[in-house]
Amino acid sequence: MMTITCPWCGKRRENEFTYGGPVPLARPDNRGDISDKAWAEYLFMRDNVKGIARERWCHSHGCGQWFTMRRDTVTHKIHSIEKTGDAGEP
Amino acid sequence: MQHYSVMSLARNAFSRHQGWQQAWRSPDLKKEYDVVIIGGGGHGLATAYYLAKEQGISNVAVIEAGWIGGGNTGRNTSVVRSNYLFPESAKFYDFSLKLFEGMSRELNFNVMLRQAGMVSLLHSRHDVEAMRRNLNAMHMNGIDADWIDADEVARLAPGINRSPAARYPILGGIVQKRGGIARHDGVAWGYARAADALGVDIIQQCAVTGFDIRNGRLRGVETTCGRITTGKAAIAVAGHSSVLAGMAGFRLPVTSMALQACVSEPLKPVFDATILSPSAGIYISQSDKGEMIMGGGLDMYPSYAQRGNIATLEGVIAGVVEIFPRLSRVKLMRQWAGIVDIVHDSSPIIGLTPVKGLYINCGFGTGGFKATPAGGWTLAYTVAHNRPHPLNEPFTLKRFETGAFIDEMGAAGISH
Repeated sequence: MMTITCPWCGKRRENEFTYGGPVPLARPDNRGDISDKAWAEYLFMRDNVKGIARERWCHSHGCGQWFTMRRDTVTHKIHSIEKTGDAGEP
Repeated sequence: MQHYSVMSLARNAFSRHQGWQQAWRSPDLKKEYDVVIIGGGGHGLATAYYLAKEQGISNVAVIEAGWIGGGNTGRNTSVVRSNYLFPESAKFYDFSLKLFEGMSRELNFNVMLRQAGMVSLLHSRHDVEAMRRNLNAMHMNGIDADWIDADEVARLAPGINRSPAARYPILGGIVQKRGGIARHDGVAWGYARAADALGVDIIQQCAVTGFDIRNGRLRGVETTCGRITTGKAAIAVAGHSSVLAGMAGFRLPVTSMALQACVSEPLKPVFDATILSPSAGIYISQSDKGEMIMGGGLDMYPSYAQRGNIATLEGVIAGVVEIFPRLSRVKLMRQWAGIVDIVHDSSPIIGLTPVKGLYINCGFGTGGFKATPAGGWTLAYTVAHNRPHPLNEPFTLKRFETGAFIDEMGAAGISH
């Protein structure tokens, strides 16, 4: 059981939160003329990091806010939590 | 290979069971193989067996980082069935079930297949409508499945909650009678023993550290036991697929997550069938040892930890107790998790990779055990012929570019 510190609400149990995908994951700008392969890369291909990953999480059963977390996918140790936008990523 | 039979059992009894050979050798790793299979789970060992048996390629090594069958092969809930929705999946999984039906004889190893039926429970008008459609699809695909009413469900699953006040009332069910459970370790051991007898080298405690790729073609595999020269390698490592693909320089449409299961203390026979409640998010069967085997949904975030979180386990147990109130005071004995490879359309990937000579079997997600024979059979064909067999043609990496998905989210049983 992870204890996640929401940047707005503080420490809560992990089942209040929802995982929302890896960071960064930027939607391509040139969607009109992008190849199927490049579009599939964005939509489906994932780094699926073993080790410290950057992830989007939502405090879905709390304040409903999104934030960015650096978490070790092997130990589940949380290394840092930032409000989304603070780190400068999309 | 020493043949197992009633006669050999009797013969060995007279020599105080001192005459049994090891089921497979522990050979030294050679410098060169025709094919290297990465991953000594059910799928990898089956691939090695069918390469030697069906494709005539026996200069094969199976490289396993831990011990054979120690990953998801030994962590699943051992359910076999083929009640899928789409024709491509039905063909693939029913081929797998047929191989299971002949497996003990073919491998000369008792995999303890028990086809006591797989029952999916219907709890609402919407379940009934959706499953009528699924049942028709199964019949169109030639899969055996029957509609049963609530009384028949209660006969197959004594103790099920039929109270009118139940959160999940029983309106009926569909049953695949050929579904059931098999001994998962037995499947790994049976394939290992049969592959070894055909000349395959099984190397345990040997991890892959990298690939030698020149001009986009595989030349060798680097391992903790040294370099292996080979023109062909096949990856069958489930939750660690992305790690191996990363070593070869490409990415996969896979996210690794933990899937939990648990068993109770052993009980006297409760029921024979495997009972699935999609609405409660649980399934349950009883092992030959008497333990109730229970599972449910994924821990819904990426993980390589091989352990599950308590919140998901609580949900599974709550669902089991709701459907089978009489199990509420049964003690849990063990709980564990395996790392499964989740793909967007809940269908596997078996085929070529961007590296010439490197093949992959992954993406089985929460349902890999039932596909063990077919996954190995089709991967062996793909490696030998450098192209997929019609059975796995729809299940290659191509579909992520063409959009020809086979969305089996519903037939996966539990919504993850």
